[in-house]
Amino acid sequence: MPHVRLVNVTKRFGTVTAVDNLNFTIEKGECFSMLGPSGCGKTTTLRMVAGFENMDDGEVYVGDRLLSSPAKNFYLPPEKRDFGMVFQAFAVWPHLSVYENVAFPLRIRKVNSAELHKRVTDALTATNLLDSASASPDDLSGGGKQRVALARALAINPDVMLLDEPLSSLDPHLREEMRFEIKALQRRYGFCIIYVTHDQSEAMALSDRILVMRGGVAQQIDSPLNIYANPANRFVFSFIGLSNFLEVHKANNAYRLAGGDCLPEGLAPPPALAGHERLSLASRPAEIEFSDAPNVLRGQVARKAYLGETIDYLVKLGEQSLRVQKARHSPGPEQGTNCGLLLLRPTWYA
Amino acid sequence: MATIYLKNVSRRYGQRSVLDGLTLTVNHGECFTLLGPSGCGKTVLLRLIAGFEQPTAGSIRIGDALVADASAHVPPDRRDLGVVFQEYAVWPHMSVFDNVGYPLKLAKTPKEERADRVMETIALVNLHSLEKRLPSELSGGQQQRVALARALVGKPSLMLLDEPLSNLDANLREEMRFEIKELQRKLNITVMYVTHDQEIALAISDRIAVMDTQGRIRQIGSPEDIFEKPVDSFVFSFMGVANFLQVRREGNEFFVGKGGQRAPWDRPHGDSLAWVAAFRPSDVVIRRDGNGLKGRVKRASFLGPVMDYLVEIDGAHLRTTVDTHTAVANNLMFDDDQPCVVGVREVHWFDADTIQSAGEAWA
Amino acid sequence: MSAPVRKKFFVGTAGIILFLSIAVLVVFVAFPVVLILFNAFWTKGAFNLVDVAAVLREPDTYQALLNSVFIAGGTTIGSTIIGTFFAWLVTRTDLPYKNFMKGMFLVPFMLPSFIGALAWKMLLSPRAGYINRLFMDYFGFDGPVFNIYSYYGIMAVEVMYLFPFVFIQVCGALERMDPTLEESARISGAGLFTITRRITIPLVLPSILSGALLIMLYSMAHFGTVAVLGIENGIFNIPTLIYERIHQSAGSFAAIRTGTVLATVLVVSAAFIIWLQGKVLGKGRYQIIAGKSFRPMELKLRGLRYPLLILCLAYIGFTIVLPTVVIFMVGGLKTYGLPFTMENLSLDNYKFILFDYKTTKDAIWNSVSLGLSAAVITMFAGVMISYVIVKMKVRGKGILEFLGMLPFSVPGSVIALGVILAWSGKFGVNLYNTVWIILVAYIARYMAFSLKANSAALEQVHDSLIEAARACGASMWQSLRDIVLPLVRPGMFAAFFLIFLPSLRELTVSIMLYAPTTRTIGVAIYTLNEDGETVMSAALAGIALVIIITGQTLITGLTGASVKAK
Repeated sequence: MPHVRLVNVTKRFGTVTAVDNLNFTIEKGECFSMLGPSGCGKTTTLRMVAGFENMDDGEVYVGDRLLSSPAKNFYLPPEKRDFGMVFQAFAVWPHLSVYENVAFPLRIRKVNSAELHKRVTDALTATNLLDSASASPDDLSGGGKQRVALARALAINPDVMLLDEPLSSLDPHLREEMRFEIKALQRRYGFCIIYVTHDQSEAMALSDRILVMRGGVAQQIDSPLNIYANPANRFVFSFIGLSNFLEVHKANNAYRLAGGDCLPEGLAPPPALAGHERLSLASRPAEIEFSDAPNVLRGQVARKAYLGETIDYLVKLGEQSLRVQKARHSPGPEQGTNCGLLLLRPTWYA
Repeated sequence: MATIYLKNVSRRYGQRSVLDGLTLTVNHGECFTLLGPSGCGKTVLLRLIAGFEQPTAGSIRIGDALVADASAHVPPDRRDLGVVFQEYAVWPHMSVFDNVGYPLKLAKTPKEERADRVMETIALVNLHSLEKRLPSELSGGQQQRVALARALVGKPSLMLLDEPLSNLDANLREEMRFEIKELQRKLNITVMYVTHDQEIALAISDRIAVMDTQGRIRQIGSPEDIFEKPVDSFVFSFMGVANFLQVRREGNEFFVGKGGQRAPWDRPHGDSLAWVAAFRPSDVVIRRDGNGLKGRVKRASFLGPVMDYLVEIDGAHLRTTVDTHTAVANNLMFDDDQPCVVGVREVHWFDADTIQSAGEAWA
Repeated sequence: MSAPVRKKFFVGTAGIILFLSIAVLVVFVAFPVVLILFNAFWTKGAFNLVDVAAVLREPDTYQALLNSVFIAGGTTIGSTIIGTFFAWLVTRTDLPYKNFMKGMFLVPFMLPSFIGALAWKMLLSPRAGYINRLFMDYFGFDGPVFNIYSYYGIMAVEVMYLFPFVFIQVCGALERMDPTLEESARISGAGLFTITRRITIPLVLPSILSGALLIMLYSMAHFGTVAVLGIENGIFNIPTLIYERIHQSAGSFAAIRTGTVLATVLVVSAAFIIWLQGKVLGKGRYQIIAGKSFRPMELKLRGLRYPLLILCLAYIGFTIVLPTVVIFMVGGLKTYGLPFTMENLSLDNYKFILFDYKTTKDAIWNSVSLGLSAAVITMFAGVMISYVIVKMKVRGKGILEFLGMLPFSVPGSVIALGVILAWSGKFGVNLYNTVWIILVAYIARYMAFSLKANSAALEQVHDSLIEAARACGASMWQSLRDIVLPLVRPGMFAAFFLIFLPSLRELTVSIMLYAPTTRTIGVAIYTLNEDGETVMSAALAGIALVIIITGQTLITGLTGASVKAK
């Protein structure tokens, strides 16, 4: 039985549909990410689950408990949903000590003082904050504040944890470290996570499954590896890492690069797309090899830049161009010379 | 000719010394980058050359002219240079055309010629047909192009760029760094570029000076020199993800971490007992089995295009990445706690006592 | 490339501006204040604290000190409660017509409080007040319902005009506050009332306190309301006592001494309050500014929605509409005290004071010309001084920063007294009894407004904008002309109106400096009222209100348009 269920959830702001008929389920203990560019509706969806945003249609369940349903005229306010939630801007209360911040949800629930102390201490220990218990959150670094927010969310031992871009206010080093801490906390407490982010590597590293959104519409729900290896459409492809798209036209039963040569033999779209006149050939800069073989794309190196770990090439193919990235030890052609290119994983979109 | 000569330049603010006796020559027509952590004095150095600050000691010459020493100071408006700032600094009350045309107006260039040159420069930075816009109607990237055009329009022989890309998003930053390099080549001007971002420095520079937090220059050289032959651990760790693998000497033998595996590399020169073998993630070859140091994958993270591994070898740690397609094709998709074998192409030896890690370098 | 230029030149131009700035502040502000301190503590060629204590122990002065503290205390408490409550109501609840209400609660900002006091006198003076009469004549009350000539009357009127200081501070804090601070309390299980009590109010407490201190400062040094309502029953505070002494004794030594001692008390308490406010804001202000912006949660008032709306409307009607209407009605009466019937009301008074009555015609002319001159001079001086403080790196700036703080902590009556000491011929220039002395005092009084508006505008102009011009080949003067001045124009504009409009209704300073031919609008209204010409006084007050409201509307329109144009 899935734990969290969103059924046909829709949200409009005026004439704009921010979230369009969204359906997904999350298992107990799963880490589920909503990934997309800003304005794609991921945060709005999270806020509807939390209860901060009304929905126009659809239903949200946790277990068999209904949380929102405009059709049944039912809405449970956020304070009754028993979620843990962490916000981007930390949202720790500067007028309360770290201890009191974490104790707040328990005091609201009138937990007796022995139990309260035990659970606050437990949450502070889990987040490495025990030494700062009596400090003011303002005296902590960004990472410290976000730990307080995590501890506060943990205090009631929720079985659903909502995380709204919790790491994007932190510097890169800390971001990576906190990612692993969140994962460790999840393993220890067993809650399921709904995680909102625009950072694909963060989503990939943390999640069991990822929902990629664009313009309020779900594009793909899949495991991280599948999202990367088999992107459902051109948008998902371009959102995950660097990408190249070559425009390809079909004329007289032959495929030709727009403003360039015919495609070499063996490089053709799958039968399912054979009917289309115009196609995009997608590839990733790291998944292209320089090759002297006869049946490969031919181009000229317009730019070769040494970037330390990688060497970055811009290769002209007629009027179009491709980025190629190679590790610094691999040999490659010089700027201005001609070269052959082998796409290791050509991917076609209509 | 815009060769810059800095001789024993010092700058102090009250008790605090930011630059102390710095000597440096920037050649005509090169793209020279000052690279260092924030607070290292690189921006102060640029502002000294521009004339916004005065050195407390030493002298600065640009070409044949002495522009600053203990007793003289040529104000910035008479140094014939272009400056681009991190905050764009385009004037919000003037159109793109007027912004770019302002230096020519001050120089009393005739109106017709002025219009021609402004339009030419606007085209050069790819802003065609936006000349009537106000800066508030432009994106951040476009505003920075206006600033570039304004700095270029007077045909200065020297351009000073102070972190011009750090307010832009990652994609735009990547695009514009190549454009700046193109412009510099095309116009054959001297560029002095200040940044804390080692990737930009590597991408655009003919030479890089790496500065430390005390305002000292640690190394000057081409991007390849700096990256492949760092003079010390500070430079090494500043230039990218750095692995510092602990190696201990027992008699004449060198062992990795706390265990009994021998370090399979050329030996370091020196008597120290504690050493660090430094290398990049790209120097690491990770396999399931075969020859090499035996360890285990402590943590495997799938990051999309790459797999990121934290590997433990007898208590010592290293990071490496494998392209996802390579990992899938070669059975290198490790899970947490699986054993692995690691080879390292080349290492730099540093005495463990002198090590400066990336964290300290950034602090 | 040109030959090296000596450093001296570079310092020289900056030096001139710095010198001019310091000179302006010293001549107009510091010198008069120093004279007051000198006169208070220096008698017969020696430092003398005993006399100061003696002056303060005189029953009249002692009582005035107590009154100032008592009235300011009451006003502060009342204003803080009302201001915070209304601010919370318009930012955190689903009260209907919130934006309209918010605008209305700010109206008292532009109304002169002494005109309000005048209106309340007409409504609630013990025997003649219209409300009191209504109750006595029709409902059979034996005596007045409320006597406005009392401590509580004075406090009530001051609260009506001062509460917006807290209101606007708290509104600002509540609007800027990161909504996730409250949302995280909600997801923790707290209901909206608990959140308000345990999260929201504590977080905006520094803003509340800072607004309260501002009111304290204003009320301590406030002249108009106490002058209009207090003197009848012998209630004096510090500013009215200073006025009383100087006015009655025509510049006798003893009066000046009492005045300077009282003025010193005002300056010291003002400085203390400003220091305290700085501490509250500096240390206590939490980092609560929003990152992502969502609309904050609104408390559903449910059944209380309309009762609270009616409360707000009643408050606005009672404190803003009623007094304004009364002023215009009384201004139309033939004689004060007549009932408001059609045959008693006419526009004759208005015609008379606008076209025939020399005293009021002079007063209007004086106020307009003084206001314009003061606004223009102060605006330009303010730009210059702010430029040095905000943008320039020169030695000696510290002195200027200190001097720049001074205008903020010198109340009007202190300035007036200082100006009398400085410009009555003792130092070679005698401006006493001319309009120039009022102009000098206005410049000192409004310098603070100009500095505030202009430094805010200059802080928006990033250093790199100016440096970019220098790098383009602009000299310092060229960069000022082409870049800085165009960019701070909105700030100068704001400064101009911030000075011009209040100066039209100025009373505290002018009342101490006027001569028979140099009355200002405020002085004319006040003296007409004192002389029993209540209807003329009301009519002139009505005209002043029309001018002020028209001016304010014009600016709002203009600045609104210029914001849109950007």
